[in-house]
Amino acid sequence: MRVNTRSLFCPCVCLCPTRPCGPAAPPGRGRPPALPRQRRQERLPAAMSRKGRKLVVDSLTRSAKHFTKSEVECLVKLFDTLVAKASSQFAGAGFDRTVFRDTLYNAFGMTDDAVLDRVFSTFDKDNTGCITVEEWVEGLAVLLRGTLEEKMKYCFAIYDLNGDGYISKEEMFQMLKHSLLIQPADEEPDEGVKDLVEIALKKMDYDHDGKLSFTDFEKAVRDENLLLEAFGPCLPDIKSSMSFEQKIFRETPK
Amino acid sequence: MPAGAAAVPAVPVTPARPHGNAAGHGGARRGRRGPRVSFPRWAPVTLRGQLKGKDIDYERKGDLYKDIVTFLRGRSPRFIENMAKQEYSMSKEPAHKKNYQHVEGAEISGQSQSHHNLTEKTECEKGKSSSAGPTGHSVKPYMKWKSSGLSASQGSDKFPKKGSEERKSRTVSLTTKKKASGKSKSVKIQEASKGKASVSFEDVSESSSETDEDEQPVRRQEGSTDLSAEYWGIQKLAKYVKGGDPTATLIALCSMRDFNLSEETCQLAIKDTGCLEVLINLLDTEEIKCQTGSLKILKEISQNMLIRHAIADLGGLEIMVKILDSPDTDLKCLAAETIANVAKFKRARKTVRKHGGIKRLVELLESISMGSSYQAKDTETVRCAALALWSCSKSTKNKKAIRKAGGIPLLARWLKCAHANILIPIVGTLQECASEPSYRLAIRTEGMIESLVKNLSSEHEELQRHCASAIFKCAEDEEIRDLVRKHEGLQPLSALLDKSENKQLLAAVTGAIWKCAISRENVLKFQEYKTVETLVTLLTDQPEEVLINVIGALGECCQEEENRGTIRRSGGIAPMVNLLTATNPALLVNVNKAVGGCAMEPENMAIIDSLDGVRLLWSLLKNPNPDVQASAAWALCPCIENAKNSGEMVRSFVGGLELIVNLLKSNDKEVLTSVCAAIANIAKDEENLAVMTDHGVVPLLSKLANTNNNKLRRHLAEAIAHCCMWGSNRVAFGDTKAVAPLARYLKAKDPLVHRATALALYQLSEDPNNCVIMHENGVVKLLLAMVGSTDDILQEAAAGCIANIRRLALATEKAKYG
Repeated sequence: MRVNTRSLFCPCVCLCPTRPCGPAAPPGRGRPPALPRQRRQERLPAAMSRKGRKLVVDSLTRSAKHFTKSEVECLVKLFDTLVAKASSQFAGAGFDRTVFRDTLYNAFGMTDDAVLDRVFSTFDKDNTGCITVEEWVEGLAVLLRGTLEEKMKYCFAIYDLNGDGYISKEEMFQMLKHSLLIQPADEEPDEGVKDLVEIALKKMDYDHDGKLSFTDFEKAVRDENLLLEAFGPCLPDIKSSMSFEQKIFRETPK
Repeated sequence: MPAGAAAVPAVPVTPARPHGNAAGHGGARRGRRGPRVSFPRWAPVTLRGQLKGKDIDYERKGDLYKDIVTFLRGRSPRFIENMAKQEYSMSKEPAHKKNYQHVEGAEISGQSQSHHNLTEKTECEKGKSSSAGPTGHSVKPYMKWKSSGLSASQGSDKFPKKGSEERKSRTVSLTTKKKASGKSKSVKIQEASKGKASVSFEDVSESSSETDEDEQPVRRQEGSTDLSAEYWGIQKLAKYVKGGDPTATLIALCSMRDFNLSEETCQLAIKDTGCLEVLINLLDTEEIKCQTGSLKILKEISQNMLIRHAIADLGGLEIMVKILDSPDTDLKCLAAETIANVAKFKRARKTVRKHGGIKRLVELLESISMGSSYQAKDTETVRCAALALWSCSKSTKNKKAIRKAGGIPLLARWLKCAHANILIPIVGTLQECASEPSYRLAIRTEGMIESLVKNLSSEHEELQRHCASAIFKCAEDEEIRDLVRKHEGLQPLSALLDKSENKQLLAAVTGAIWKCAISRENVLKFQEYKTVETLVTLLTDQPEEVLINVIGALGECCQEEENRGTIRRSGGIAPMVNLLTATNPALLVNVNKAVGGCAMEPENMAIIDSLDGVRLLWSLLKNPNPDVQASAAWALCPCIENAKNSGEMVRSFVGGLELIVNLLKSNDKEVLTSVCAAIANIAKDEENLAVMTDHGVVPLLSKLANTNNNKLRRHLAEAIAHCCMWGSNRVAFGDTKAVAPLARYLKAKDPLVHRATALALYQLSEDPNNCVIMHENGVVKLLLAMVGSTDDILQEAAAGCIANIRRLALATEKAKYG
């Protein structure tokens, strides 16, 4: 089963040329052996047993404060559908990167592969390459209903590509390098992006250490909320999230 | 003029140029002797404007670089980069430069308009004062002056027509304000026009609906050659706003907000770099973040009049109205607030209405229920929507649109909330709309007076001001005046008179007091609060808009006998009489009324007489404004009645009697009525009556006889009655066919008309021919009925008239049969 996981995992990583050090590295670190066992236990509720699902919903309602019980039910239901759609490498415990990407693409119109990969890895907290029902509900809670606080943490995690707690100039460059559509003819192609990075840094780097710590980021965002998604969109916009909520939560009126 | 060469020597000169006063004079002097080296520096754009129409193309290259910095900036991108790093040292210099250019510009405008010899300083001063001189006059060596005039009218490509019109007012404002120092010229212009707008805005006695529309874009005079550090900074960011994906755009937009966008340099830099177009285009995208970022900037820079007009021209309002439907609250707020800023002129307001903006804004007010649990975000929405409605409500059609969209109950609902930042725009909107009768009705029926009165005691002067001016406008209606009293609003109004340092507030409060004082019960209340005494202290050293209201209020209070004494005792008569020399018609009408009111008391009259007040009133009969004429004539009535030796006094005014008799030729009913009343009083003096008769008062009065206006009938009949007393005037009235129409007045419904007519008929009946006419017109039956009246005078006059007719009949019978 482990082998399976990896073989499905890797191609995806390779598809993302922008990010050589993404979640591909963590799986290499090796997983604690206890994990599969836990998976198996959780797999039961996910596998549509009525009673088990009710348990999951209950516990999730308690933990995820942004959703009501019926909303959690809807999300779990959606999760089940997605799991069913995905091939069963995880034996019904969750779904993989491809399904995740497709879902987010369809629901929120998020297209940027690089960003979607980062979103996947922030969802996939334990780095299994598989989104479980908890991860799914908690992740969506931030995406749809998150407070500014939660969203800041989420976005910072997305932008902090190597996970070292700082957004460095290089990371900014990575994220912004395709954002200039018109290149001035006489300048070096990268000049504009570097300049843009400098502008962003000037705006957000409060402690002037040439990189953004979470404190910098937080301060900048609190000052100007628009900077929350300064280095690329990673949250659904209000229209698509509204229509998503409408679609998902309305389907089950009970 | 060797201006082609001028640019080159100018380059080395500039960096060494000292700043401060000396530099300004130096530049000016050089300029006057003949445009030489400094030429392009002082009037850069100007020159270009001139070049367009002139055959001196060889100058074109000359004005490209005004100094070495500009020159290098134009040539070397590397230099720009390096300069950007040294912004601070550079940014101070242009400020000085601009200042002086402003002063120059002011002189230029004045001079170009008159044909004075420009080398003489004194002549220049004259030129400034005469702004009406013809333009376009050019003295060859001084093309600089002329061209500035040209550039002022040609400078703006977008508003060619308005430009020339604006130029006049700008010239005036500049010449008067030019000594003030410090800021750049265009800021001043804006201030001047703002001042103008706010004056008319405060002129609450009439609706400000159409009065603040005159704001027109003014093209600043600095050229693109005079570029600030901000300009380059903004241009750099503009590049990323234009050429980036949403992420890059967002970073650039956020960065742009770090500039001080309330500064005009930045605002215009955004416009001049073409960034404004991009910002507006961004609004039309689906990217909420970019829309928000763009609106945040637009909101700031739309404080600038030029930008407002540019936004409207670029179709920004339509898009912003559309954004009001957005699901994002922040975005909606920003759009509403920006609309509030932009919709400061008529065309913009119309655009908002035409695109359904009013309806959407009202819906925004509606969408939030005012429960106990509403949050900061909600109040922000309401605040912004109310601000936008406030701006829009300055157009009459928009007031209607707000009403049709169901805005009135919502305004009433939010009027009850406790947040001053919501209340100010809400009350602001209400006071704008209160010029419409339908709103006044609603204000009365929806119980808004109570809230307005409550907020008079708020701690925010602006809120107090709007409440007072809402009451001012509403109190035209009697029921509202009563409501204000019932809700105990008169006391806070009186108390607010103490805040005499805030003139706008004072104008609104005195206005409210004036209108409230129209009701007698309110005057009694004001007496209780000693308001009259306070008002008298406000008769001196106040701006005109305050004076109009103060004197209006005193005029109303005068109708109470007690107050006439109060005004005299607190020394109000002298300043009042002094105001008779004012020029503002609205003020004069009120002063006349107040003086007339005071004159009803003989003691006051003595003071007025000693101050020569009657002569001043009499001269106001010459005022071209019919309202002033009428009010002056009314005021003369009690004066003549109560003055000692009034006959002598009236005769002492040279040409006075002729003047007042000739006013009987006026077309204005009120003037005719008041003049008739005055003539009735004057005619009590026989000698004066004789003079008036010589001036042909009889045919003129007779000519007026065919009127249906009861008020005029009454005073006309009185005048005729009094004028009968001289010579053959009775016969003359009969000859000029005044009797028959007069006889018909007896059929009117107004008892006062009956009394005056009976008196006139009694006098006329002394002439037998008149009796015949009266009898033919069937007056006997009507007069017989009036003999039974309870009004003694009427009774007596009717009886006398019948007696005269009867006597004639008897005499005739006697002659026939006896």
